[in-house]
Amino acid sequence: MKSRHFAKCHVEEGIFKALMIGSFALLSASLGFILLTIIIKGLPALNLAMLIQTPRGGYYLGKEGGILNAILGSLYLAGGGTLLALLFSLPLALFLKVYTNHSHWSDMVRLALDVLWGIPSIVYGAFGFTIMLALNMRASLLAGIIVLALLELPIMARAVDEIIRMTPFDLEQASLALGATRLETAVHVVMRQMLPGIVTAILLAFGRGIGDAASVLFTAGYTDRIPTSLMRPAASLPLAVFFQLSTPFPEVQRRAYASALILTVIVLAISLGSRWISGRLSRYVVK
Amino acid sequence: METHIEIRKLNAYYGDSQALKDINLEIPRQQVTVIMGPSGCGKTTLLKSLNRFLELGEGTRLSGQVLIDGEDIYAPEVDVTEMRKKAGLLAQHPYPLPMSIYDNVAYGLRIHDLCKKGPEMDKRVRHFLEEAGLWEEVKDRLHKPAVGLSIGQQQRLCLARGLAVQPEIILGDEPTSALDPISAQHIEKRLLGLKKEYTIVLVTHILRQAKRLADYVVYMYLGEVVECGAALEVFEHPRQERTRAYLAGQF
Repeated sequence: MKSRHFAKCHVEEGIFKALMIGSFALLSASLGFILLTIIIKGLPALNLAMLIQTPRGGYYLGKEGGILNAILGSLYLAGGGTLLALLFSLPLALFLKVYTNHSHWSDMVRLALDVLWGIPSIVYGAFGFTIMLALNMRASLLAGIIVLALLELPIMARAVDEIIRMTPFDLEQASLALGATRLETAVHVVMRQMLPGIVTAILLAFGRGIGDAASVLFTAGYTDRIPTSLMRPAASLPLAVFFQLSTPFPEVQRRAYASALILTVIVLAISLGSRWISGRLSRYVVK
Repeated sequence: METHIEIRKLNAYYGDSQALKDINLEIPRQQVTVIMGPSGCGKTTLLKSLNRFLELGEGTRLSGQVLIDGEDIYAPEVDVTEMRKKAGLLAQHPYPLPMSIYDNVAYGLRIHDLCKKGPEMDKRVRHFLEEAGLWEEVKDRLHKPAVGLSIGQQQRLCLARGLAVQPEIILGDEPTSALDPISAQHIEKRLLGLKKEYTIVLVTHILRQAKRLADYVVYMYLGEVVECGAALEVFEHPRQERTRAYLAGQF
């Protein structure tokens, strides 16, 4: 009787282990496949000129020159959008915790944020575009930043919200017991505890922002110039990839893979950098 | 024997349920007062009323007075941070602050502006770590994260951190219950040493610990003080039937 029970347990264990290994293999295989594709197809087309020059050679996107316009545009768009989203999501998450914790109202806000998280980015783009039309604005870096901030806001707010909820109340009490004020506790203790998590939240939001093409398509537009003004259109890497890939010219198409490679390297560098920062910060975090 | 903390007609409620019923108590200065009783009897609630921690929870209400040095800590003009500085808390589970060992002790000194940065701060930090019996173990890694310490060391760090703001009272909420026996012994030894300078109020449900540490005992049951008095007297000659039953290990 007992041995049959054990046999059943072993089979169960085996099945679930196989499932886990299977999904890990599937995931890493697809990631590896994507990376391999952009490296094999993109690396031959990649050169220094692509990184430091704007498009040239008669075509809109150019067979020659580079995509500095899109690199800088993407960094400005995603950086600005992330900063703006942070400015709004931090107070929002704090408000949820401090003033409406567990109330019906805060559950509604969380639900709304989760729904916003799931909305396709083209909808954000179209929404931004409608407002721009109403205001008689044209596509600009600023409009792109605002729409990206809207896109990133639910991600960041929910991530920060979860981090705040994970901060143990006993930790606040430890500080209050020493006669610290609420502000001192929030700044010196709670923020310090949350910092690694906030860095991760910023990274998540930035990652979504820099990789998104649909939301900036109508709002930031596209240009072959380096962005110099908030009021003028700005190029972005995902759109550069999109436009390059949809040309009929094989040499420009190869440059699309090179652009994708650049975008991936930027995201990778930022991920590694923020992981390093967050790792250093989390040495102090109380578990 | 001089009274340090006086509790008058204290009632506390969590929502609709009453956790403390008409408590009247005098806690002597520079002695160890142990509050004991079965779980849910209100001993932690009583302790947390002494540093105004009860009001941090939602839906708590309180009436009555708690006088420390003759001053009501619930009076509207009292600065709650100043008041909490007077009464340090050693919690059930040690929670070091998310910073280095050094900064944990220096934190209180900094927020209350008790001393300048540099050698003076170093000296003070060392002094309080020594007082908590932790200095020898951490002197070579003062700037490492406090969470790297063992849980027993963390509790002693919390003690050092609490002592650093120069309280008059140390409140202990079962401060050894999360610790291994050796670390618990460390803490007990420290507390005995500290009672020369501090008034110590300790909540415990460990009878043997109460016997080892107490000068004065408060026995609580269902939100009421059943019996209180000098430790020897209460342990040897309890006047109340319920105290006798508790001491005999019946509940």
